[in-house]
Amino acid sequence: MAQVTTAERKSIFSLFNLIAFIVLGVGVYLTYLRFSGGLASVTNLSDYNPWGIWISFDLLCGVALAAGGYVTSSAVYLFGMKKYHSAVRPAILTGFLGYALVFLAINYDVGRPWRLPYPLVVQQGTTSVLFEVGLCVATYLTVLFIEFSPAAMEWLGLKKARSLVVKLTILLTIFGVVLSTMHQSSLGALFLIAPSKLHPLWYSPYIPIYFFVTSIIAGLSMVIFESTLSHRFFAYKMDETHLQEANGVTLGFGKAASYVLAGYFAIKVLGISTENHWHYLTTGYGIWYLVELLGFVALPSLLYAFGVRTKSLGLIKFTSVLAVLGVILNRFNVSLVAFNWHLPSSERYFPHWMEIGISVFIVMIGLVLYRFIVTRMPILYEHPDYKDAH
Amino acid sequence: MSISRRKFLGWVGAAGLSTTIGKSAAAATNKHFTGYPKSFAILHDTTLCVGCRSCEAACNKVNELPQPDKPFTDLSVLETKRRTTTKAFTVVNKYDNSKGPQSPVFYKKQCNHCLEPACASACFVRAFTKTKTGAVTYDSTVCVGCRYCMIACPFEIPTYEYDQALTPRIRKCTMCYPRVIEGLLPGCVEACPMEALSFGKREDMIKIARERFRKYPDRYVDHIYGEHEMGGTNWLYVSGTPFKELGMREDLGITPAPQLTAGALSSVPMIVGLWPVLLAGIYAVSKRKEKIAQTEQEQALTSALDKKRPAESETEEES
Amino acid sequence: MDHVFYTLQDFMTYTESVTYLLVIATLFGMTLFWLFLTGGKNKD
Repeated sequence: MAQVTTAERKSIFSLFNLIAFIVLGVGVYLTYLRFSGGLASVTNLSDYNPWGIWISFDLLCGVALAAGGYVTSSAVYLFGMKKYHSAVRPAILTGFLGYALVFLAINYDVGRPWRLPYPLVVQQGTTSVLFEVGLCVATYLTVLFIEFSPAAMEWLGLKKARSLVVKLTILLTIFGVVLSTMHQSSLGALFLIAPSKLHPLWYSPYIPIYFFVTSIIAGLSMVIFESTLSHRFFAYKMDETHLQEANGVTLGFGKAASYVLAGYFAIKVLGISTENHWHYLTTGYGIWYLVELLGFVALPSLLYAFGVRTKSLGLIKFTSVLAVLGVILNRFNVSLVAFNWHLPSSERYFPHWMEIGISVFIVMIGLVLYRFIVTRMPILYEHPDYKDAH
Repeated sequence: MSISRRKFLGWVGAAGLSTTIGKSAAAATNKHFTGYPKSFAILHDTTLCVGCRSCEAACNKVNELPQPDKPFTDLSVLETKRRTTTKAFTVVNKYDNSKGPQSPVFYKKQCNHCLEPACASACFVRAFTKTKTGAVTYDSTVCVGCRYCMIACPFEIPTYEYDQALTPRIRKCTMCYPRVIEGLLPGCVEACPMEALSFGKREDMIKIARERFRKYPDRYVDHIYGEHEMGGTNWLYVSGTPFKELGMREDLGITPAPQLTAGALSSVPMIVGLWPVLLAGIYAVSKRKEKIAQTEQEQALTSALDKKRPAESETEEES
Repeated sequence: MDHVFYTLQDFMTYTESVTYLLVIATLFGMTLFWLFLTGGKNKD
């Protein structure tokens, strides 16, 4: 049995390794271009479009998709749902790598990345929502690192350090939820300052709440999606507990996601009502808004519900992809499609292939690191020396 | 010494304290902010502008900007609508005149030096300062290059040096701050041959504009653009035709930019103060439920064993 | 405290700075208070 899976593993991974090698190689070259020629040499950013996909995807989507960390740890440690315990470490790992990669992407995007510490140590722009985002993301990245560290410590045999950190679990989990609530909502709040540039269907005083709620949806769905991928490629590393709990995680998280999506759908509709923006729904942008709301919010909510009711894991797994795409679509809509909707098409933005190249490069780094960690550290299994009583 | 040192210090302290109390009371009631008194403003009368681009040339010279592709005397550039760039802090654009199709109208665009600048509100390193002269200045020595100011500016003014790898800066009109504090006029105002640009105290510029409306009611639209837009600006405009015909947005509203994000920012202290209470409470409740479930399980187990015991021998072990 | 604010921007820069410092203090304070609250003798 082990022989077969190892052989399977090798063949899948050498293709992956080849692709990874190419992507990483191109990425290194693009990095050189970016820092030798400035943003103009690798992006289609302009004075009308200062933010492109490095913000829309790497920052706005990256942070949302890494939300599984706080969602899963709060479910298990604060709400006491112990049957999801095996999902915590993979979710925290995704969260940690996700936020670390967001930080990496920001270093590409800002004009002078070596000045990123300035808002903290030189001069504070405390009226800025971005100040709050920076502060929270930096602090939360630290929290995630500490939450991830026990796995690394178990791998390295650092028993004392590990037991010390594990005592902090509840505290870190609470901090994680507090910090996540703030920065997930603040990423949406960034756009509150530009009402004249965002289409009325997407501009709402409720944007911060929308972004926070969709981070929960993204977190829950990503845990399901990643669990699906992990079982496909890393099943040989999983212990009994992990394998047994897996279906429960899919069903439980699918149920939660269904209900949160339903609530989100409701508050989006209510948001249109409070502003009396119904008439926009019959415009071109309105149709696109309905595609987002019906196809990527209402539909996944219903599909998740059917999947949970009939216990069809396949349907739930498919829906998790739809829900994640929905969050990505919403972030793209707010920051790229509905943003600058008033400008003529000659001034609208479309990413340069090199911008996409860097984003793919960053994601690939994440995948490679994830594989490295998961194949060596007790993420998908419990280290025999540290079996926690839970 | 008839006064003890302690008493003297006490009086000085009380005097100091009373001044702070007095001033802070003023600050607390100062909910409506009216900006720095006596700040300067420019009044742009678009009915006087002939599109000669002398202001653009002067701005280029004063700020030592690179020479443009086409000289400032080339008026053919007016056939396309231009925006500010890293090489042009101000541009003049030509528009059709709905009141007189033969004579086009012109409008000079540059940073409006808002009373409550969106760029200053958005900047997370405080690189922008609203000075008491009225000018909104930019400090490139702290700028990180996040470009959020460009997102925030409702007038789409700040430009960025995307082609600079190591020292990219935001560029925009400075209201010639270094010149103004020396008592000189901004370059564009000094250069304008038609007096389409006037410089003086903001209150005076508004009075002058109102006076022009009174004297020539058929010449002007009865509105000073910049008096209240986005909370008011230090660059004011009067026009003979509706402002939107000059490409100026009339839908920006009067809410100042800092107020747009004040609500979201105010949630931060509430979350930090209350979430820990809520979450710790949830944790305590779930821990309690767990304990109760555990106790009930133990009780069920012992009572089940108690029921079993009488039927079996006394050597039976407890599990 | 003895400064007059001419702009909302200046006012908010000041108030938000103070608020952020208090927020950080609150996070520490709530943690310590929780430890205080849940300390003491455990009754069974």
